[in-house]
Amino acid sequence: MSAPHPIGGLPTEALPQLYLDGVSRAFDGFKAINNLSLVIDKGELRAVIGPNGAGKTTMMDIITGKTRPDTGQVLWEQSVDLTKLDEADTARLGIGRKFQKPTVFESHTVEDNLALALKADRSPWATLFHRTTAAETARIDELLGLIRLGNLRDWMAGSLSHGQKQWLEIGMLLAQDPQLLLIDEPAAGMTDAETMWTADLLKSIAGERSVIVVEHDMEFVRALDCKVTVLHQGSVLAEGRLETVSAMPEVIEVYLGR
Amino acid sequence: MLIDRRLGIFLAGLFVLVVVVPAGNLWLAGQPVPTYLVALIGKYLCYALLAVALDLVWGFCGILSLGHGAFFALGGYAMGMYLMREIGDRGVYANPTLPDFMVFIGWKQLPWYWWGFDHFWFAASMVLLVPGALAFVFGWFTFRSRVAGVYLSIITQAMTYALMLAFFRNEMGFGGNNGLTDFKDVLGYDLGGGGTKVGLMVLSAVALAAGLLLARAITVSRLGKVLVCLRDAESRTRFLGYRVEHYKLFIFTVSAMMAGVAGALYVPQVGIINPSEFSPANSIEIVIWVALGGRGTLVGAALGAILVALAKTLLTGWLPEVWLFALGAMFVLVTIGLPTGVLGALEGGLARTRRAPEPAEREA
Repeated sequence: MSAPHPIGGLPTEALPQLYLDGVSRAFDGFKAINNLSLVIDKGELRAVIGPNGAGKTTMMDIITGKTRPDTGQVLWEQSVDLTKLDEADTARLGIGRKFQKPTVFESHTVEDNLALALKADRSPWATLFHRTTAAETARIDELLGLIRLGNLRDWMAGSLSHGQKQWLEIGMLLAQDPQLLLIDEPAAGMTDAETMWTADLLKSIAGERSVIVVEHDMEFVRALDCKVTVLHQGSVLAEGRLETVSAMPEVIEVYLGR
Repeated sequence: MLIDRRLGIFLAGLFVLVVVVPAGNLWLAGQPVPTYLVALIGKYLCYALLAVALDLVWGFCGILSLGHGAFFALGGYAMGMYLMREIGDRGVYANPTLPDFMVFIGWKQLPWYWWGFDHFWFAASMVLLVPGALAFVFGWFTFRSRVAGVYLSIITQAMTYALMLAFFRNEMGFGGNNGLTDFKDVLGYDLGGGGTKVGLMVLSAVALAAGLLLARAITVSRLGKVLVCLRDAESRTRFLGYRVEHYKLFIFTVSAMMAGVAGALYVPQVGIINPSEFSPANSIEIVIWVALGGRGTLVGAALGAILVALAKTLLTGWLPEVWLFALGAMFVLVTIGLPTGVLGALEGGLARTRRAPEPAEREA
């Protein structure tokens, strides 16, 4: 566990988990990401907000190796260059990603969804001859309890409710045992109670792991009670606590005031 | 569970076939099962194995290959080459090494790629290796470049079409548009003999059973579950750390080898292999078998192949000019009326009749 670092400034003590410096990426001349710099500490919980088209999804695509930046540096634990890797590489490295639209494997059971996400050898040969171990079953039981789906383990994931799918996907992320979780709008479509419970869940995950949450719902961001980064036109507009950034005139102008 | 109810029933049916057909053809008085029927059943079983191979990639992995006929034909050609060499000097030109068609186009010596095909073990390994290698190389380039969906289907179609054009050329050294034929015997057994035909049919049944068991073992393994994952949500599977292209490559290659075996068993039973086996229409027909029988069920695919082939035999006998319309109509009707295929409809019907005596349960 790293101590909470001073708000606003760059981390001084802990190794950064993720380091983006001067990253730019254009699509047909449109700069989706423009000279973006961002540092995430180990164990940090960070909320990223910004209007539509601010570059939040492209930022996640770059971190996970789905999109290559045109310029700039993306470093993992100060040593691994993420711009050279693809999605499977970054996943194996310890970056888990949850999409805005919950994507679970609908024709598999809840249990199988978690089992397939468990950290293990991912080669075809290993999966062909794989036998479920007691340790794996125990870990699945633990995760099922955490995401409150213990009584639905044999259900097809496709038959879950929207909120349950979101949780299952978070459970799958945790099963991967990642160092960093990228979570895109987890509260979308959830009831108020589900939203608050999800915020608690993410807060409990952070500390051991770093978590980046992209979110539109201000109530949810407030409940996360963490440092907030405001993106605008592909770069960082402001960074700090929600109360602080939401008081900044430039932030109000581009985002909150609308 | 490796052998579930539907596979168990199907395998039991195959076993009955393997007992009844040889008995009826070879041992029972009056020969209730004529020899032509034995060869016909053997042919259907080869189609069934081919359908299982396609179901493995299409039903479980979402790769709609419109070129699986190519792997079948390549397996067939490998076997055909062995059968050609078996003819020896009994051909029309009585040349001890060169097949008739090579003498006819004036070749003086056997091309290098025919070397070794006088040995059965060599031909048998080529039955697996040639389709497997083509699928591996083809898959390596397409899956790595993330070609998928309709584009992949079109490329597979182009692959089999290109092979058809190539094999039509006499200079390729595979008999041009006549292909390979006039086979005499296999491993010393006369191909015209009833006993050999029964043997080949039994072998086809065994190959189908083995193919079904292998496919089933793959699909119930964790690898099989990953295949379904990438069929339904490919990008998600990547973000879980699975190298999707390796999985596709594995299953595509296994499937191509299975199709090759089906082709190799098919050729001695029908007595000929020619480039029309590469025709795109053939590959599309395989897709129809699988869709009609029940995609993603393995047993359904085998069933679909047998049903359509049976309908084809009957209809081309009675009303040859309506066969293609019937095939088309069958496909359209099944797609609209039975989305889970014939097998799905059968199982659904069974489940309903079994539940029917308990109306209370239905109201509950």
